[in-house]
Amino acid sequence: MSVLVYIEPIKDKIKKAAIESVSYASQVAQLLNTSVTAIAFNASEETIKEISNVGAEKVLNISDSAITTINIKSLAKGVIAAAKEENVNVIIFSFDGSGQSVAPYVASNLKAGLVAGATELPKVEGNKLEVRKNVFSGKASAIYSIESAFKIISVMPNSIEIASNPKSAEVVAFAPSTDLKDGVQLKNFKVNDDVAHGGVPLPDAELVVSGGRGLKGPENWGIVEDLAHALGAATACSRPVADADWRPHHEHVGQTGLAIRPNLYIAIGISGAIQHLAGVNGSKTIVVINNDPEAPFFKNADYGIVGDAFSVVPKLTEAIKKIKAN
Amino acid sequence: MKILVPISQVPDTTAKISFTDNDTTLNTAGVSFIINPYDEWYALVRALELKETGKAEKVTLIHIGPAANDATIRKGLAIGADDAVRVEGEGDSSFVAAQIADYAKNNGYDLILLGKESISYNSAAIGGLIAGDLEWDFVPLATKLEINGDAATLEQDADGGVSELEAKLPLVVSCAKGMAEQRIANMRGIMAARTKPLQVINAVGPDTKLTTIKSYQATPGRTSCLIIPEDNIDQLVDILHTKVRAF
Repeated sequence: MSVLVYIEPIKDKIKKAAIESVSYASQVAQLLNTSVTAIAFNASEETIKEISNVGAEKVLNISDSAITTINIKSLAKGVIAAAKEENVNVIIFSFDGSGQSVAPYVASNLKAGLVAGATELPKVEGNKLEVRKNVFSGKASAIYSIESAFKIISVMPNSIEIASNPKSAEVVAFAPSTDLKDGVQLKNFKVNDDVAHGGVPLPDAELVVSGGRGLKGPENWGIVEDLAHALGAATACSRPVADADWRPHHEHVGQTGLAIRPNLYIAIGISGAIQHLAGVNGSKTIVVINNDPEAPFFKNADYGIVGDAFSVVPKLTEAIKKIKAN
Repeated sequence: MKILVPISQVPDTTAKISFTDNDTTLNTAGVSFIINPYDEWYALVRALELKETGKAEKVTLIHIGPAANDATIRKGLAIGADDAVRVEGEGDSSFVAAQIADYAKNNGYDLILLGKESISYNSAAIGGLIAGDLEWDFVPLATKLEINGDAATLEQDADGGVSELEAKLPLVVSCAKGMAEQRIANMRGIMAARTKPLQVINAVGPDTKLTTIKSYQATPGRTSCLIIPEDNIDQLVDILHTKVRAF
């Protein structure tokens, strides 16, 4: 009775969040004295190598090119079939990409208790697992107890360390007897402008440079983009900026936009309203640049510069470029 | 075509969060409650737009909770929903989803539109649970939705871009920013909401909880911010380089 971990269909390279979820599964398996089996879709040799390096001992691989990350029902049916095949009662997902949507679909079918977005390893308490997750948009956390026989945890990206645990995974071609088809079809994929121009996609970014109303207008975003480019960071913005169409909606971070947890978040000209903090307070390090010393963000930051963004940010960019060049 | 819009009640976005009873209960003193913004701004408003353009006959709100939450449901009616159902009961997300799935199935709804997550528990689980209960297709994180007969065309936020999708009703769709623009209830809507039907029904299904919350903890704030003088940017660069290891 192993621990099952879900690997979403991968377009290019396996995401760090997926590797984190396998490493998490491996650590849960150690707590339960068992091994890790992965359920993967159209997995490449490289993917199998990456996940066996962090503890996967067996990979059930479903080869069906018609199934992609958009097919939540198909993916869930594949995971349910794998869970029955392997007789597992713990399944781990990433709270990212398709994982956060497939997990509840599977939980419904298996009558499993689900904790979505766990930030720590669980504790074993008899037949129960206790695990922490963030609630109230990061303003608090809660310890959930999973009381059902079947247990599902999805892991918040960037919240656990990846532990090396090399195994030589046995790969099994898995063809469930159930029909995996669903009715959702991909017609087209539009690459976001910033990504098309070599930028970093925001949800996965480890470094994020974000701008707010203090930048006064969309024409001034060059200083934000230049700093992001120098660092290899993604760009983000506050709600008023997205609402005014200075920046696209998918860049809005905050309570009603995207919640992110990068290693570094640099906020430029953002006052730090409670709704904005709710989307970024999971960041490991926060740097605030603002000309108002009373901006509430300074009370929730690690480092701050009180000054005019239009003079401070270009200087910062140049200094970073200089060090990187050496 | 009838649309069911599940709404949850959450603390206002500006609320300070604290706990009582040995950190087991949300301290509601001074907290005002609202409809979860993703449910209201995006799911409900898009449902109303589909009705206004003749694509849907009816928009019904469903909420699982006590009578004290009726005021929140009436706000949704004031924005324009036709009627509402409140399921008397409380439970974890599996319980909530089971109520919604059961009502949709027995009352002929073809489309369930809800927010991508609640700002209280942030689990993004209800949509997938409902779809699993009904064995319907599920499109999460949608930013656009058009309906033609039983065909839906959608856009969905994805890593580094936008997926353009086609699907067939019946369907569960979770809505993200971009789906619609927030509407404010006007006086006429508020008056009309007072007399719109709000049906109360009993919960179905097992009482056993699959998960329980043992305790809460407010997120500790950052203890101190090191203010670096504007003319000493090199200090910040050094911290980012050697301590944060950003580059």
